[in-house]
Amino acid sequence: MSARVTLATAVRVATQLRRDRRTVALVFVVPPALIALLRYVFDLQPLGFSRIGAPLVGLFPLVMMFLITSIAMLRERTTGTLERLMSMPLAKLDLLFGYGLAFAGLAALQGAVTSAVAFGLLGIETRGPVWAVVVLAIANAMVGMSLGLLLSAFARTEFQAVQFMPALILPQMLLAGLFLPRPQMPRVLQGLSDALPFTYAYDALARVAADDIGRSFWLDAGVVCGCIVLALMLGAATLRRRTP
Amino acid sequence: MTLAPPAASAAAVDCVVAVDHLVVRRGRRTVLPGVSLQARRGVVTGLLGPSGSGKTTLMRAVVGVQVVQSGSITVLGMPAGCAALRRRIGYVTQAPSVYGDITVEENLRYFARVLGAPSRRIGEALSTVGLEGNLRQVVGTLSGGELSRVSLAVALLGEPELLVLDEPTVGLDPLLRRSLWRTFHDLAAQGTTLLVSTHVMDEAQRCDELVLMRDGRIVAAATPQRLLESTGTADVESAFVALASRP
Repeated sequence: MSARVTLATAVRVATQLRRDRRTVALVFVVPPALIALLRYVFDLQPLGFSRIGAPLVGLFPLVMMFLITSIAMLRERTTGTLERLMSMPLAKLDLLFGYGLAFAGLAALQGAVTSAVAFGLLGIETRGPVWAVVVLAIANAMVGMSLGLLLSAFARTEFQAVQFMPALILPQMLLAGLFLPRPQMPRVLQGLSDALPFTYAYDALARVAADDIGRSFWLDAGVVCGCIVLALMLGAATLRRRTP
Repeated sequence: MTLAPPAASAAAVDCVVAVDHLVVRRGRRTVLPGVSLQARRGVVTGLLGPSGSGKTTLMRAVVGVQVVQSGSITVLGMPAGCAALRRRIGYVTQAPSVYGDITVEENLRYFARVLGAPSRRIGEALSTVGLEGNLRQVVGTLSGGELSRVSLAVALLGEPELLVLDEPTVGLDPLLRRSLWRTFHDLAAQGTTLLVSTHVMDEAQRCDELVLMRDGRIVAAATPQRLLESTGTADVESAFVALASRP
């Protein structure tokens, strides 16, 4: 691994994003707009919203980065740039960390903008510190990114890649306790949700919203970080120097 | 007593690429059933054959990005695909493997940093392929010929000892094609070894050594001159036909 190559990769990925103005606009406008929409949907039921409002701020980056990364990586695979990089003195981790750095930066900005709108303008409440929401948003973005990197290896076309979102991320959202608290779900589904990264991402955010930063919070955060490392390692294994 | 080294070892020193009984299968199809080939230092070796004859697979194997079943490939004295070779080989695929959404300069800067090449190489590589004027143009807005030249410029950045070029002149205007071939020979004169595939017969005549491929097998390997003489033909295309139709 080399810091020069990792950094160069991060700069290149950031430049690609920067040149795609519409994507950048969508990254910053969509999450606050959705939060605002939800805030007014729940206008007559403020209690229901208080449970999911703050966690949602920290979950958007996961979905967004999953989508962006899976497409970006698929493009690297299909246009031949990945093969070119693999024939050059570039370590697989240079590529993964390069993407990680660029997307973490984007996630930090996205989290900051969404938080400013949610907690500032819309008056959504969190009892815990706002910065913890932003930090978790970045961590969740990394989860989304590393899962996107990994799953891009299993898609041949962009049509397939975008469908991994409803196929793999949506069920996790349904099971995470966002729609219905987990203790109210059937046991089998509770057990299933124990095995899904999104559950821990949501739980950590819910605990920040309730200012319940204790052992369980750190356990959640630990699992989230573990998921990043695991998915990155599996993702690295799908980057092959030699292909059939 | 003679002071000259035995011919065999002189050839070994000179030999940059040595492929020996290479077998490659892709899926169920055997693309290369046992190919042997050599490319010498400072020589432009042309791989000539119709599409589907295994040229690309052979080149991928030399670069070390192809899974191979058996046989050996030695490049610059090391097994192909070895990590130490990654900065010594320049590889251009048929698809222009550059990023379409950023500028020519941003592409070259990135690959130069990956290769550890000094930034002056960016300008040098671009002027070699005649794209100095397109520095700030977004790659996606370039024409097909310009795209493949950006891709070639990337391969030149690291001043590689071996250049593997898969159909580098497709879709280029004749003047530019001529100037690129002059560049290839200049590079060869400076000691770079080139392995160039083509299906254009008139380009074949510009190679120092020609390897004729058909159905994954090497039909002939010689200088263009010798090829014409041995087949009694006037051009490479006729020589190819003559060789291919032999039982």
